[in-house]
Amino acid sequence: MSDIKEYLLSMKNVNKSFPGVLALDDVTLDILPSEIHALVGENGAGKSTLMRALSGVSKIDSGTIYWKGKTVDISQPRDAQKLGISMIHQELAIIPYLDVGKNIFLGREPQLKVSGVIDWKKLYQQAQEQLDKLGLDINPKTPVESLTIAQQQMVEVAKALSMDASLIVMDEPTSALTEKEVDALFSYMKKLRENGVSIIFISHRLNEIQRVSDRITILRDGKWIGTSEVRDLSQNDIVKMMVGREVEQSTKKQAKPSSEVILQIKNLSSGDDVHEVTFDLHKGEILGIAGLVGAGRSALAEAVFGSRKITSGYMKLGHKKVKFTSPKMAIEHGLGLVPEDRKAQGLFLNMAVWQNIVIAGIKKTTRFGFIRKAETQKISTSLVDRLSIKTPSLGQQVKNLSGGNQQKVIIARWLSLKPKILILDEPTRGIDVGAKAEIHNLLKELATEGVGVLMISSELPEILGVSDRILVMKEGHLVAVLDPELSSQDEIMQAAAGSKDENIKED
Amino acid sequence: MKTSKKINIISGLQRASGLFLLILVATIFTLLSDRFLTVSNLTNIALQTSVVAIATIGMTLTMLTAGIDLSVGSIAALSGALVAGFMTRNNISMPLAIALGIAIGSSLGAINGILTVYGKLPPFVSTLAMLGVARGFTLVYTEGRPISGLDKTFTFLGSGHLGPVPMPVVIWIAVLLILFFILKYTNFGLYIYAIGGNEETARLAGIPTNRIKVIVYALSGALASITGILLTARLWSAQPQMAAGLELDAIAASVLGGVSLFGGVGSVVGASIGALIVGMLGNGLNLLRVPSYYQQVIKGVVFILAVIFDMYAKRQAKK
Repeated sequence: MSDIKEYLLSMKNVNKSFPGVLALDDVTLDILPSEIHALVGENGAGKSTLMRALSGVSKIDSGTIYWKGKTVDISQPRDAQKLGISMIHQELAIIPYLDVGKNIFLGREPQLKVSGVIDWKKLYQQAQEQLDKLGLDINPKTPVESLTIAQQQMVEVAKALSMDASLIVMDEPTSALTEKEVDALFSYMKKLRENGVSIIFISHRLNEIQRVSDRITILRDGKWIGTSEVRDLSQNDIVKMMVGREVEQSTKKQAKPSSEVILQIKNLSSGDDVHEVTFDLHKGEILGIAGLVGAGRSALAEAVFGSRKITSGYMKLGHKKVKFTSPKMAIEHGLGLVPEDRKAQGLFLNMAVWQNIVIAGIKKTTRFGFIRKAETQKISTSLVDRLSIKTPSLGQQVKNLSGGNQQKVIIARWLSLKPKILILDEPTRGIDVGAKAEIHNLLKELATEGVGVLMISSELPEILGVSDRILVMKEGHLVAVLDPELSSQDEIMQAAAGSKDENIKED
Repeated sequence: MKTSKKINIISGLQRASGLFLLILVATIFTLLSDRFLTVSNLTNIALQTSVVAIATIGMTLTMLTAGIDLSVGSIAALSGALVAGFMTRNNISMPLAIALGIAIGSSLGAINGILTVYGKLPPFVSTLAMLGVARGFTLVYTEGRPISGLDKTFTFLGSGHLGPVPMPVVIWIAVLLILFFILKYTNFGLYIYAIGGNEETARLAGIPTNRIKVIVYALSGALASITGILLTARLWSAQPQMAAGLELDAIAASVLGGVSLFGGVGSVVGASIGALIVGMLGNGLNLLRVPSYYQQVIKGVVFILAVIFDMYAKRQAKK
């Protein structure tokens, strides 16, 4: 039992099942005091289930949780809070209309003598102290909705700290952050560690894990696979443990793009978000678009796809000038868009896999307005096979698929239309390593077949590894065109963020 | 930076738009009718507004949690009828009858809340059902006929004055002050906003969201009861079809007063200003001798414009 004493937290032999699934199968997680502990695994490996149990959102079926050596029972969020466990959720848990101070102390407002009446003065004072501790220059009376995503994330950190947390769980805190903001977050994390706080760090980005974590626990299919010092494992080791097999290294794209221009964008502007952008997309080319969040990349994609007004400039498909006033028009001209938020913009979550695939090309499968089921099944079966979408059946509701497979369903939808141009906005965000490599290979395959691919991504390794050319956007302008063979992550960042002085001014 | 400024301007506009609209409406009517801007007419407007305003405050509470309460009119009618009946049929003393009426109104509201929270029904559905049920009970209880023969001490609540101020207005102001205080200074008030802003976040912050929502619907029911009792006192009788359509006025008033249909944004002061706009509109159109059928149309159009603005503000904030 002595080893349990030395751990801050020890979750032993934890089991949890949902109808039909054993989500956690005898999982063990040990966290030392003052350590940053990475928790990794593919989607569905059980990380979130384990963390939900730890933060009191759901209960475990069996197993023991030791906190500072003593058995504890965590059955609701308040229990976890009282112990000093605080969770920063992947989807930011903030209330946009409320100000920073209210968000930090939500549920724990300092009280006047009359209980139930809030001591506002004290609340804002304490909020200011927390913000100062983190060196954040934010007024606690600012409504949270007017902060940047990174600042909002920091507000979450301040909230966690204000609870005197000795363990903070961060679930993919970097997914919405820019490189610079990630650096800032990591230095805060290290500062917290020096102050005796432990952090459970969940991330899909292995290089980030290697940069910041001390130890790592790997889960797969609800089972504990291993815990180790991070420095003892290579990225390949980690991936192998996560996936349970060698991951096919994403192959280098074979064919070079042809010289034939299929899409020409000239001085294209859209409102305040896109300014005078000019570029060509060649047949068989993967054009990566890099830039910070809010640089106008998604707006550009939407403008090209006809879902956002083009205020000046024009585009040519082949030699023909076109003006799309709706996505419908763009689709009829052979374009497809895989949007940034696959759940909100890309999928019909409650509909079956086959319905999600054939919906854009449904007219092809109808006769006299009636859907020919056999035809739809033929099309979707062939695409499910081609993209190796893992689903128990074509009739499965899309919401039950993993993120990677959901993304493939959207791609399959466009492939059913045999597009000439495919635009993808953050195609692998929140997707595990295995599925990511598959999507990269698929994009390369498509390009080899002659499809022009526009890929927006905030992940620089992805941009560098997949693209034939890289466009960098900043504040709505196209600021650089780079060759991935000759460029580094730093160069892209430099172009995307500009010089330091400018950045400060922007704030 | 630019966008955040834009958000501030628009959310500021959303908050101030009620007052702006109120002044605009008042100015227009002052120009069109010389009988509008007189002490007696303004008192009249306040009196006409007060009843709707109390129900509007309740409606605002539910809307702040991103809910809605369609049953306020029916609960008002039922409570009014019951209180009148208790006093005239059962000889129950006035204070007890009123207390019972409000208790029944808040229980019905609590049922709305329980159906919404634990029955997992959308509030639109649970309160629509309650709209039918409570109105039905009113018709059963009154047998479709007015209950009259009310005591002078009771009718004083509706037609008496405290100094120069009509009683319903006094009660409106009292309700307004109490709820203003609760929303601004208490945990409970803050949690109402938090739930409307992001219920899941509120729950994860350890806020008892279910209990708070039930209390909010109970409060809306209680305020609807008070509305019904005042209306009964003012009409000197409980009318079975009383307060029909009150929910529409209350929702319109809330939205006009800057309360968001999507929850989390708004205030009871705004709601009261919204109710004043609705009251003033009715009064002014009467002064201008606009037939009441057309008044319905005009109110509907104003309501739609307010909602369009709310949606627009929401979209801008999202960007």
